[in-house]
Amino acid sequence: MAELTVVEAVNQALTLEMARDRRVVVFGEDVGRSGGVFRATDGLFAKHGPDRVIDTPLSEGVIAGAAIGLALAGWVPVAEIQFLGFVHNGFNQVVDQLARVRYRSAGRFSAQVTIRAPYGGGVRAPELHSDGFEAHFAHAPGLKVVAPATPYDTKGLLLASIRDPDPVLFLEPLRGYRQVKGEVPEGDYEVEIGKARIAREGSDVTLIAWSGAVQIALQAADDAQSQGVSVEVIDLRTLVPLDAATLAASVTKTGRAVVLQEAALTGGFGAEVVATIQEEAFFSLQAPIRRVASPDVPYPVQMLEEQYLPNPERVLEAILATTRE
Amino acid sequence: MKKAAPAAHANLDGVASLQMPPMVRYLDEDGELLVEEQPMSDELALAGYRVMLRGRRFDERSVSLQRQGRMVTLAPGIGQEAATVGAAMAIDARTDWFVPQYRELAGQLWHGYPLRLAFLWHVGHPIAFQMPGDLKMLPFQAAIAGQLPQAVGLAWGLKLKGDPGVVLAIFGDGGTSQGDFHEAANLAGVMKAPIIFLCQNNGWAISTSVAQQTASETLAQKAVAYGFPGIQCDGNDMFAVYATVREAARRAREGQGPTLVEAVTYRLGLHTTADDPSRYEPRELHDLWVNRDPLRRMQLHLIARGVVDKAALDRIEEEVKDELRVAWDEAQKEPAPDPDFYFGQVHADRSLRLQRQLERFAKDGNG
Repeated sequence: MAELTVVEAVNQALTLEMARDRRVVVFGEDVGRSGGVFRATDGLFAKHGPDRVIDTPLSEGVIAGAAIGLALAGWVPVAEIQFLGFVHNGFNQVVDQLARVRYRSAGRFSAQVTIRAPYGGGVRAPELHSDGFEAHFAHAPGLKVVAPATPYDTKGLLLASIRDPDPVLFLEPLRGYRQVKGEVPEGDYEVEIGKARIAREGSDVTLIAWSGAVQIALQAADDAQSQGVSVEVIDLRTLVPLDAATLAASVTKTGRAVVLQEAALTGGFGAEVVATIQEEAFFSLQAPIRRVASPDVPYPVQMLEEQYLPNPERVLEAILATTRE
Repeated sequence: MKKAAPAAHANLDGVASLQMPPMVRYLDEDGELLVEEQPMSDELALAGYRVMLRGRRFDERSVSLQRQGRMVTLAPGIGQEAATVGAAMAIDARTDWFVPQYRELAGQLWHGYPLRLAFLWHVGHPIAFQMPGDLKMLPFQAAIAGQLPQAVGLAWGLKLKGDPGVVLAIFGDGGTSQGDFHEAANLAGVMKAPIIFLCQNNGWAISTSVAQQTASETLAQKAVAYGFPGIQCDGNDMFAVYATVREAARRAREGQGPTLVEAVTYRLGLHTTADDPSRYEPRELHDLWVNRDPLRRMQLHLIARGVVDKAALDRIEEEVKDELRVAWDEAQKEPAPDPDFYFGQVHADRSLRLQRQLERFAKDGNG
């Protein structure tokens, strides 16, 4: 097995699936000749040409909307939104249209569409390139929202997403793109959508995170261990549908939970996780569930970024606080 | 447009004005042919008239049923039947796609959408969104111009497959102010997608007039910016719409890309049944367009040609009335929506969480 970065895992999944399924078309801004601003689509244009790897106009609405039409014509579109922060230009097409194709045709049509978008902070990117907007999309019935943290899961979940008969918003961790490395099998495999992963076993506190924040969670768990607290880290991998069973089983075991999200606090996906835990495992809880999130201010420019994002110290503080209650 | 010769200084006088082709017209307001030949056979013209009438009577009946509390808020297409039926007649229902907004019912009937489902749409039954069999039509679209990016993707996808189909995408004058229209037109031009953008300029977006909607002289000219032709036709003249869209479809099929057709028509009815045009619509403007009624115009033409007489027109009225009665009766026999079916349209599979919500939903319904 080769050791790959997350972005290399994305590339491997796309390369594999385009060769396997002739219906797959990849398109978006700068995905063709340049191979994508992060090189996620590198090599695809040379292999498959301009009919299947298409540089589109700079226009998120029509990228998402045309994906629906291409799917209706029998293609399997994999569209790239260069940064999630810009997808709001196409919010209607993603949330009101793509997510509802099956519903609004009463089952006559479906949209086997994957929209890939890197997101999340910590890489000193300009405004709107780093925002954690996943909650906006988790609230759209019909849309699956997948947010892997590791290269292995990225490849397996991307293959599963492209093959899923319904639309998937596939969120790639910008911070993990090149920083996170891991073993990735060369061949074809899928990771099931809707299943969380125990990233680290523990017995005292359950710590839940997804995407780029999983690395922070693991660091905080290490730090807690050195203070004698055993933390179980759950990497959600999929936000919608949410794996409530894995959350319930872990919290039933530990009796304590901390939810970590990179996004601003209010209305974030972490709130959904907290609510689910209290619905599913309330009587196992020995302490209130704590949230670690970014403050409710717009994502800052670079000089304030480190202070804004949750770091292992803040997560550790929450872990220790919950064990004292 | 020809490129102008280089100038030594920026001369902006008259630049906002574009030379556009003249509006396509075949029939005058009294059904007299303005050109030598009509663009279709008498038989086809009569068939088109019949479907326009079906659309008109359906809308009238629906508004009446809505007033009785038996239908939900609906948007009648009264006065615009020639625009939608003429366009539908110009494409091939076997290969070509009809992508509606929500005020094109008459044209949809020509393309194959059943009257029974049209009634079910207006009572709010979800099955109305399910285009039957392999009918090449997308569901009604409430988001103005939201269907256009999808229609372009569909047309582009057909072209990539080497499929002979073209896409007829319909929207209104208000739609030309939406980003989705501009993004879709831009991509269609770049991809040379086989699509006809049919803009029904009916004068109003609810209470907003076209003059308040845009400073452009015509809506058709917006195509020029995207690198493909735009043309106006008389939207109350079934022949003019048919001939214009047929030409646009030919261009699309032959790989010459998109066309924007502006069908100049008028909304003789309401925006929706929740609207009161007397608050904003000048009465004399309405009356002017009553005299341009597309059905009256075609009736006069067909009589003048000797295709029908008064008795034959009365017979068609009766037949259409019967068709509507039968379809409404059938629609009323449709079983109530099944919660399991409704929840089944979220994803192909069903999460445990959704299954639990369904059980609760069904229980509440039975409670």
